[in-house]
Amino acid sequence: MNWQAIRAIYVFEMSRFFRTLLQSFVSPVISTSLYFVVFGAAIGSRIDQVEGVSYGAFIVPGLIMLSVMTQAISNASFGIYFPKFIGTIYELLSAPINFLEIVLGYVGAAATKALFIGLVILGTSALFVDLSIQHPLAMLAFLVLTCLSFALFGFIIGIWAGNFEQLQLIPLLVVTPLVFLGGSFYSISMLPPVWQTISFFNPVVYLVSGFRWSFFGVADVPIGLSLLAIAGFTLLCLAIIWWIFKTGWRIRQ
Amino acid sequence: MPMVEISNVRKAYASGFEALKGASLDIHEGEILALLGPNGAGKTTLISTICGITQPTSGTITVGGHDVVTDYRGARSLVGLVPQEINLEPFERVINTVRFSRGLFGKPKDDALLERILRQLSLWDKRDNRIMELSGGMKRRVLIAKALAHEPRVLFLDEPTAGVDVELRRDMWEIVAGLKEAGVTIILTTHYIEEAEAIADRIAVINKGEILLVEEKSALMTRLGQKELRIELHDPVDALPEALADRGLRIEEDGQVLVYSYDTAQDRTGIATLIREVSEAGLVLRDLQTRQNSLEDIFVGLVSKQEDAA
Ligand SMILES: Nc1ncnc2c1ncn2[C@@H]1O[C@H](COP(=O)(O)OP(=O)(O)OP(=O)(O)O)[C@@H](O)[C@H]1O
Ligand SMILES: [Mg+2]
Repeated sequence: MNWQAIRAIYVFEMSRFFRTLLQSFVSPVISTSLYFVVFGAAIGSRIDQVEGVSYGAFIVPGLIMLSVMTQAISNASFGIYFPKFIGTIYELLSAPINFLEIVLGYVGAAATKALFIGLVILGTSALFVDLSIQHPLAMLAFLVLTCLSFALFGFIIGIWAGNFEQLQLIPLLVVTPLVFLGGSFYSISMLPPVWQTISFFNPVVYLVSGFRWSFFGVADVPIGLSLLAIAGFTLLCLAIIWWIFKTGWRIRQ
Repeated sequence: MPMVEISNVRKAYASGFEALKGASLDIHEGEILALLGPNGAGKTTLISTICGITQPTSGTITVGGHDVVTDYRGARSLVGLVPQEINLEPFERVINTVRFSRGLFGKPKDDALLERILRQLSLWDKRDNRIMELSGGMKRRVLIAKALAHEPRVLFLDEPTAGVDVELRRDMWEIVAGLKEAGVTIILTTHYIEEAEAIADRIAVINKGEILLVEEKSALMTRLGQKELRIELHDPVDALPEALADRGLRIEEDGQVLVYSYDTAQDRTGIATLIREVSEAGLVLRDLQTRQNSLEDIFVGLVSKQEDAA
């Protein structure tokens, strides 16, 4: 294992993040606050309670998941797409490193950034609503796993993308709808039966549900199923990445 | 054992275009090999295939005995590459990109070494500048610094002097000479044939994906070395006198100069006879000059011969 290389990639990627630290910090704080004003105050005053939790608190896990998933994807996809775009990928390809090391460096950095933003949102939320976290360890584990698996997914998108439009395409067309329809702002049980059934084909439902369970002890789907879903998604991404590097698809001619 | 052993390497790109058609070449440890060839000859493709940027379609390549495909770690950790294109992250600082290169090759931090390299390349003052704040020539030097940062045993320089001023070019050759002294094997491509002539130990000529020739530079110069004798006349002539018609002379500069090509390797160059015949024909000599054929002439000759054969 070339640990120096993993470290070098990780540090290099994180330095990009630190250059824009203020931005990275301010934008989630502002957007979270806006969500609380709109959803928490305006809608929450009418909804009152969902499954025994105040609506303001109920949306916190979903809000965190929403940001963490999109951030992990965009950071990781940009991280690997950019070297491809400006040609610095030659150095990665000619270095004595294997696919696992490249992935650990890029995905590790992207996941760290997403985790940071998730924690910032959690902190901001605590200013607006009373939050109690029933299973803090499980909460952290879910958060970290989500950061990692979606960073892996973003990495695949970054390798696949041939231009900046494609880089935005999947997050915009697939991820955002899935996350919005994934029960971030409501409980699946609030939907009509048909939509409940459809929802169970949405993988994000399992993540949000499991994550919410770690906060309030209530979930739309069994917690074991949530864990299985995220583990399955991670493994699928890993398998695809392994195949990409084995065949050199879109990177090594 | 050669430092780099390329045997029968073919490379077909996804488009189906075959950029290398069975190239074979041995590169010895510690030598400077110049790879010459016209645009599109396959120089960059060959280098990319050795360095791991592209995969060979068939054939094998080893570096230091390590196969570049099956034992890529062993092979690549010996190799440094200065690419033809200036590929750098515009927002990064010089020192960070150089540090990154060293780390990527698994080498522990060594700021003293990086300082030495940056000073040598006159980049030390610019170490905290962003890449985009550098001139083109400086960016090229950053590429060199990145390649040297991980102390390669084999260094590929793909047209390192394209777009580089005279002074920097001289600095660059000084660095190359220093690396050679330290035992580094150097492969460079260039379009400036004088450069290859001045610096290389051996010269390889590639065209259309085939290696046409690999030779010691000195042997090459003598083997193919033609010399020209230029006879400057006192009074210009319109045509060659009868007596000189079958001597293979060429008239140049409006009849002012007669040019005679001969092979230095031959026992009898025929110069003495020629000069006697010239005087006997009634022509008055004003001056005599001889000129060694340059590598460029050899190179152009080889490439056009291949073109004729095709
Ligand atoms: N990615 C690619 N896909 C398809 N064909 C390619 C690719 N890269 C290079 N080629 C083709 O392969 C041939 C050799 O290209 P290469 O870049 O190796 O030439 P070169 O000798 O380095 O030329 P130059 O002196 O211009 O740098 C060219 O005909 C080029 O068009
Ligand atoms: Mg080239």
